[in-house]
Amino acid sequence: MNSLKNIRSKYRYSTILLRQLVITDFKLRYKGSTLGYVWSLLRPLALFAVLYVVFVHFLRFGQGIQHYEVSLLLGIVLWNYFTEVTSNGLSAIVGRGDLMRKLSFPRYIIIVAGSASALINLAINLIVVSIFMVINGVQLSWSVLLIIPLILELFVFAIGVAFLLGALFVRFRDINYIWEVILQAGFYATPILYPLSMVVAFSTTAAQLIMLNPVAQIVQDVRAAVINPDTPTLLSLYGTWYVYLIPLTIVVMVAVIGAIYFRKRSPGFAEEI
Amino acid sequence: MKDIQNAVEVSSVYKNFVLPHERTDSIKSLFISPFKKRMKAETQHALKDISFSVKKGEFFGIVGRNGSGKSTLLKMIAGIYQPSSGTIDVEGRLVPFIELGVGFNPELTGRENVFLNGALMGFSRKEIFDKYDAIVDFAEIKTFMDQKLKNYSSGMQVRLAFSVATILAESDVLIIDEVLAVGDASFQKKCFAYFRQLKKAKKTVIFVSHDMNAVLEYCDRAILIEGGDKIIDGSTAEVAAAYNRMFNDPDAKKSNLAKVKKRWGTEEVTIKSIDEKPTLIKAVDEKLRIGLTIQAKKVFKGKVIAGFKIKDSDNKPLIGTNTHIKKIDIDLIDGAAAHITWDIPVIFNDGFYSIDIVLESENYNSTFDFWTDAIKFEVQRKEQSSYEINPVITTKLEHVTK
Repeated sequence: MNSLKNIRSKYRYSTILLRQLVITDFKLRYKGSTLGYVWSLLRPLALFAVLYVVFVHFLRFGQGIQHYEVSLLLGIVLWNYFTEVTSNGLSAIVGRGDLMRKLSFPRYIIIVAGSASALINLAINLIVVSIFMVINGVQLSWSVLLIIPLILELFVFAIGVAFLLGALFVRFRDINYIWEVILQAGFYATPILYPLSMVVAFSTTAAQLIMLNPVAQIVQDVRAAVINPDTPTLLSLYGTWYVYLIPLTIVVMVAVIGAIYFRKRSPGFAEEI
Repeated sequence: MKDIQNAVEVSSVYKNFVLPHERTDSIKSLFISPFKKRMKAETQHALKDISFSVKKGEFFGIVGRNGSGKSTLLKMIAGIYQPSSGTIDVEGRLVPFIELGVGFNPELTGRENVFLNGALMGFSRKEIFDKYDAIVDFAEIKTFMDQKLKNYSSGMQVRLAFSVATILAESDVLIIDEVLAVGDASFQKKCFAYFRQLKKAKKTVIFVSHDMNAVLEYCDRAILIEGGDKIIDGSTAEVAAAYNRMFNDPDAKKSNLAKVKKRWGTEEVTIKSIDEKPTLIKAVDEKLRIGLTIQAKKVFKGKVIAGFKIKDSDNKPLIGTNTHIKKIDIDLIDGAAAHITWDIPVIFNDGFYSIDIVLESENYNSTFDFWTDAIKFEVQRKEQSSYEINPVITTKLEHVTK
């Protein structure tokens, strides 16, 4: 009876805090800037414009691929989401050191709040993508619904990484530089601005290897489900569903290890920061 | 929780901090010397075997010098630090006021900060919304609520933080750190009014301070922490006495501090005898006289201050004075003795009282003889009063006829 009450009150505190932190995060994000929230749309659009001009217009990437521009935008939006959750998660615990030292609250809330506000951002960006899709004349099918489990997979992977990095950063302050480099490399190792078919033409093995990265698998699957069914995916490259076990195992492993490590370290955050 | 009467139970809690001489902040050191023992660590024992319990509705004090470990203990009760061993049980919701305005963000408006700060203390938007007007009224900054916090004066920020804390604090257990009691005089007054209100409302409060006067006034019970050890757990008067002894006698062993010595001091001058003392007072015109003989040691030469303090049955000091205040010099040389008398008006209500007598050096630097409860007496008067003191008040009435 008593423990039930405790669990409920604990859960209550977490939801109150989660909600308020997400609201605050949104209020603070573009505070003071004239365009405000519009920036959360303009930033990926600006990046898209640059990449489009350089890679699609001049370097002629994605020639002959249907709706390649929308695919590029969608890829950027998904990658940005992953970057946002992991980089924010990395600095979240150390950044909130003052709170940690003065209040006792479930520490995971900070990471969850960060990824939740990034998720809202992603939703806004996906609306923009869908407007582009309409303009571009993309034919929709029921396979669009596949986006839900795929985004969920990306969410779990990103939050798992965020837990791991956030907890590690408390001890090892070099992690943020390392993670910056990894993200930079990851951006080019993931078929975002170049079509995977280019890699396939060069070496099928390389393409198969690239696709084992969960983010690459998710990006390509989302593109296939939403924009262009001809997009090469993990399935089309390997020809068997079993291969999905590899990225899925990576996602689950990272999430579990991240959660366990975070849980183990979180009671000491207040002292270590 | 062993006893359901308790709000907080702390049982044999230890806290060690491992202080590395060189921190492994960078991965470089991992790469350079992965197999070498990376650092020499020093373990600091911040708290050793602390046990106590706080009853529901109790105003409980934790007293200690700076660096004694009291703040560490507080942070462990608040759940911010984890004990190295031992357990801490807290029944119900606990709100720590370790610092005012936790999470306040200068870029948010006063209003937004109220909701953020409230959420950090565990209050839902609805709960805060219901009390929002009360918070604003208490802080007296209604017109500023939609301005950014960075445009507030520091005084306004403190007022806002304090009113959020006080208006919302409907928790089962409150932890108040001494930082609350800093600020200007009017703010302190507000703080103390708030403490009295908490005490009246029978809230469970854990109050951490080194201000013995505040502890004596508000706390029902207290513990004294020194060097990570619990020295004493008892009435505020006992704790206050031990705390004062700690400062008067820096060489005193911890174990000696714990003993509630009724009488202590350097004994250069001592109270030789109490010649006259009250035992039972039945009427206002009765004599309440304290008469005592003091004697100095042969080697002693100098001035002595003799004083007394009359306390009620709750150990609360009511009146007192000393020869320094009364501008009477007592010079003693060559083992001389002196006789001092004080005549005190009977202003006391019915009840039991005790008197402390103290002999001190000229500058209050050292205590020669401190006799706790040297005299005990009872008052039984016909004239009752519900006030703390009950002096003779002459009341006159004259009917004016036209």
